[in-house]
Amino acid sequence: MKSRIRPSGRYEGLIIGVLFLCAVVSVLTTAGIIITLLRETIGFFREVSILEFITETRWTPLFDPKHFGILPLITGTLMITAGAALVALPVGTATALYLSEYASDGVRRLLKPLLEVLAGIPTVVYGYFALTLVTPAIRSLFPETNIFNAAGAAIVVGIMIIPMVSSLSEDAMTAVPRSLREAAFALGATRREVSTGVVLPAALSGISASYILAVSRAIGETMIVTLAAGATPRLTLNPLESIQTMTAYIVQVSLGDTPFGSIEYRTLFAVGMGLFTLTFTLNIAGALITRRYREVYQ
Amino acid sequence: MSSTSNQVLGADGLNLWYGTHHVLKGITLGITRHRVTALIGPSGCGKSSFLRCFNRMNELIPESRVEGRIHFNGRDINDPEVDATEVRHRIGMVFQKPNPFPKSIFDNVAFGPRVNGYRGDLGELVETSLRRAALWDEVHDRLGQSALALSGGQQQRLCIARALAVEPEVLLMDEPCSALDPASTAKIEDLIGELKERYSIIIVTHNMQQAARVSDQTAFLLEGEIVEYGRTGGIFTRPEDPRTEDYITGRFG
Amino acid sequence: MKRRARREKDRIFKLFLVLALLAGVAALLLLLEEVLRKGLPWLDFRFLTSFPSRFPEQAGIKSALAGTLWLLGLTAMFAIPVGVGAAVYLQEFAGRNRPTAFLQLNISNLAGVPSIVYGILGLAVFVRALALGRSVLAGALTMSLLVLPIIIVAAQEAMRAVPGSLRDAAFALGATRWQAVRRVVLPAALPGILTGIILALSRAIGETAPLIMIGALTFVPFVPAGPLDAFTVLPIQIFNWTSRPREEFRLIAAAGIIVLLGVLLTMNAGAVWLRNRYQRRSES
Ligand SMILES: Nc1ncnc2c1ncn2[C@@H]1O[C@H](COP(=O)(O)OP(=O)(O)OP(=O)(O)O)[C@@H](O)[C@H]1O
Ligand SMILES: [Mg+2]
Repeated sequence: MKSRIRPSGRYEGLIIGVLFLCAVVSVLTTAGIIITLLRETIGFFREVSILEFITETRWTPLFDPKHFGILPLITGTLMITAGAALVALPVGTATALYLSEYASDGVRRLLKPLLEVLAGIPTVVYGYFALTLVTPAIRSLFPETNIFNAAGAAIVVGIMIIPMVSSLSEDAMTAVPRSLREAAFALGATRREVSTGVVLPAALSGISASYILAVSRAIGETMIVTLAAGATPRLTLNPLESIQTMTAYIVQVSLGDTPFGSIEYRTLFAVGMGLFTLTFTLNIAGALITRRYREVYQ
Repeated sequence: MSSTSNQVLGADGLNLWYGTHHVLKGITLGITRHRVTALIGPSGCGKSSFLRCFNRMNELIPESRVEGRIHFNGRDINDPEVDATEVRHRIGMVFQKPNPFPKSIFDNVAFGPRVNGYRGDLGELVETSLRRAALWDEVHDRLGQSALALSGGQQQRLCIARALAVEPEVLLMDEPCSALDPASTAKIEDLIGELKERYSIIIVTHNMQQAARVSDQTAFLLEGEIVEYGRTGGIFTRPEDPRTEDYITGRFG
Repeated sequence: MKRRARREKDRIFKLFLVLALLAGVAALLLLLEEVLRKGLPWLDFRFLTSFPSRFPEQAGIKSALAGTLWLLGLTAMFAIPVGVGAAVYLQEFAGRNRPTAFLQLNISNLAGVPSIVYGILGLAVFVRALALGRSVLAGALTMSLLVLPIIIVAAQEAMRAVPGSLRDAAFALGATRWQAVRRVVLPAALPGILTGIILALSRAIGETAPLIMIGALTFVPFVPAGPLDAFTVLPIQIFNWTSRPREEFRLIAAAGIIVLLGVLLTMNAGAVWLRNRYQRRSES
C-alpha cells in the first residue's frame, strides 16, 4: 500500500490552518475590545479619581465646571431597563406560553414570522416610533411630560426585546419533555394548570436566561434612547423627565468633535468599559444558565 | 485458518476501547480472499465496532483507542506511514441504513473517484459500478436526478455501487438489508453472490438464514470475543460451542 | 361548581395570553401604519436620486443608499468567508476540549456585546490605529466583527443538522476531512448557512450606533467612489432627519424608513427564495 500523493489531500493542513485563523478572529475581537477599553479607561482614571466617578452625582464632562459622576448615567440606564423589562418580560413570557402550549401549528406558522419581523426592525426605526408616536401619546395623558423622556423610550425598548424573550423562552418551554405534560393531563389538570404548574417551573432556568439576555440587550440599546430619552444626565427616578443613558452619552460625545486624547474623549471609554462589564456579566450568566438547562433535558 | 496468501485481511490480538468501555477483547481472525465472511452475534457484542476497525473508521470517534494489528495484504493498516484515506479507498463500506448523499445519482457514484483523484472516464466508471450493483437498468435514464428519490432498496444498491466505484478489494457490509423489504433483500443477497468473484466481503447480519445463504465463513462474536469461527456449513450444522448453538437456534437471551 | 370556576379561570388565562401576544403584533402594525402614512407621499424618484439638502422638499437619500450598498458589499466580502470558515473549524475540526469550549463561549458572548462597543473598537482600531479614517472600509470592518457571531452560530447549527451518516459515507469512500466538509457537509448545510448570512447582513444594514462612533458623516452630498471614501448610510440619514425639530424632516425620515425596510424586505425575500430553491434541489 504505497502512499500516493493525493491531489486534494496536499493542501489539507493549510486549509485547516486558515480555518483555525478564522476562528481566532473572534478571540482577537474580544481581546481588542478589552484592551481598547482598558487602555483609555486607565488614562481616564489617572485624571479622575475612582471615588469621584462612583459617588459624585453630577455628570458634566463636556462643559465647565466638569463633574465626573457616572451615577446619573447609571440611573438613566436602569430606568430605561426597568421600564423595558416591565413591558417585555410579561408580554414575552405570555407570548411564548401561548405559542408553545396553546397555538395550533397554523397559528404558530403565522405568528412566529411576525415576531421575527419585530426582531428585525432596525433600532433607529424604533427610535422614530418612540419620538413620533409613543411620546405624543404619553404627553396627551401627562401633559407635563418632557419631549424627551424615559418612559417613551423604555416602552419602545421593551417592544424591541419582546421577540428575544418570547423566542428564547419558547425554546425552553418546548424542551420540556412531553411526558411531563401528559402526566399532569392524565391527573385531570387543565391546560392552564399544566402551563403554570408544569411547563413554567420546568422551563424556569431557560426563561430566566432569556430575561437576563433581554435585559442585557436593553442596557446596550442605543438609538432609541439617543433619539427619545434625551441628553440631560440627571439623577432622577421620574420617567417623564429627560435623562441620559450610558449609551446615549457615548453617541453624544462621538457626534461632537472631541479631540483625541482629551479627557472628554476618554470618558467615552470609561463609560464604554462600564457598559461592557455590565452586559458581559449578564451575558455570561445567561449563557451558563442556558447551558445548564440544555444539559438537563439532553 | 487458511494460508497467508489466501488471507486478504487479518486481525491479530485486536483490542478496542470506547473511553473506558472495553468493546473488543483480543480478537485474532483471518479473512479469506474472494469469500463472504459473516459476522453474527447478539446486539451490542461489537460487530459494527469490529467492522469499523478494518477501514479505520473508529479513529473518527474521539474517545476510541485501538491496540493490536490489522493486516491488509500482509501490511499493518494502523502503521503511522499508512494514510487512513488510502485504506478506506481500498476497503469499501456499506452501512446499515442507506445513506446516499443529497446529490444526483451520478454524483453519488462519482464521489469516491473524484475525491481520490480519478483520471479516467468517469461516465464509464459510473456505468460499470451501477451495473455491478445491478442498478443500471433501473436508473440509466435518470442519472441526473436526486438519489433521494430512489426507493430504499435502490438507495442501498446505489450505496453499494458508490463503494464499488473506488475499486476496492474488500467490501465491509454492516447489516446492509436490515432496513429493506424482502424483495430488495433478495436482490442484494444475489448481488453479494456475484460480487464475491471480484471482492472479498465481510457482512454483519442478524438474520441467521441470510448468514447461512450468502456466506462461506461465519464468525460468532459474543461480548467482544470470537466464540467460534469456521466454515458456515459447519457452524450452522455442528456448532462446537454450546453458546453458538444457543444463539443460532434462537435460545439466546 | 368548582369545575366551572376552573374552566372560567382557564378562559381568562388564555384571553390574557392572547392579549399579550396581540400587543406585540399591534405595535408592529401601528409602526408600519405610521411610517407608511407619513412617508409614502414623499417617496418618489426624485427622493431616491437626490443628495441630502437643508430643504426637506429637495432632500433625498441617494448618498445614503449608495453608502448602504457599499457597506453591504464590503461587509459580505469580509464576514461571510471568515464566519463560515470559523464555523467549519469549530464544528468539523476542533476537538471537543476546553479551548474549543472557550472559543464557543466567547462567540456566544460576543453576540451579546452592545453594538456601540463594537463602534468604540472600530474607532480605536480601524479609524485610528490602522489609519483607515472615517471610511466605508473602516465601517465595513467594524460591521464584519459585529455580525461574525451571527454567521458563525447559524452556520454551526446548520452543519450540526447534517446527519453523521453522510460524513461516515464520505470518509468510508476515502475522503479527507476537508473533502467531506466541502463536498458533503457544506452543500447540505447551505440553506441554513444562507439564512444566517442574510440575517447577519440585515443586521449590518440596520445598525446605526457603531457607524456614528466611527464617524460616518451625517451630511454627505456625494456617492463614495472607493472603499477609502467618507460615507453615510440609510439609518444614519434617518437618524439625522428624525432628530431635527422641523416636522417636514420627520416626514422624509419616514420615507427613508420605507426605503430601509424595503431593502431589508428584499433581502429576506431573496433568502426565502434561495432556501426554497436549494431545498427543492437537494430533496427531489
Ligand atoms: N461511538 C461509540 N461510543 C461509545 N460506545 C460505543 C460507540 N459505538 C458503540 N459503542 C458501544 O460498543 C459496544 C458495541 O457496539 P457495536 O455497535 O459494535 O455493537 P453491534 O454488535 O454492532 O450491535 P448491533 O447488532 O445492535 O448493531 C456497545 O456496547 C455500544 O454501546
Ligand atoms: Mg451494529
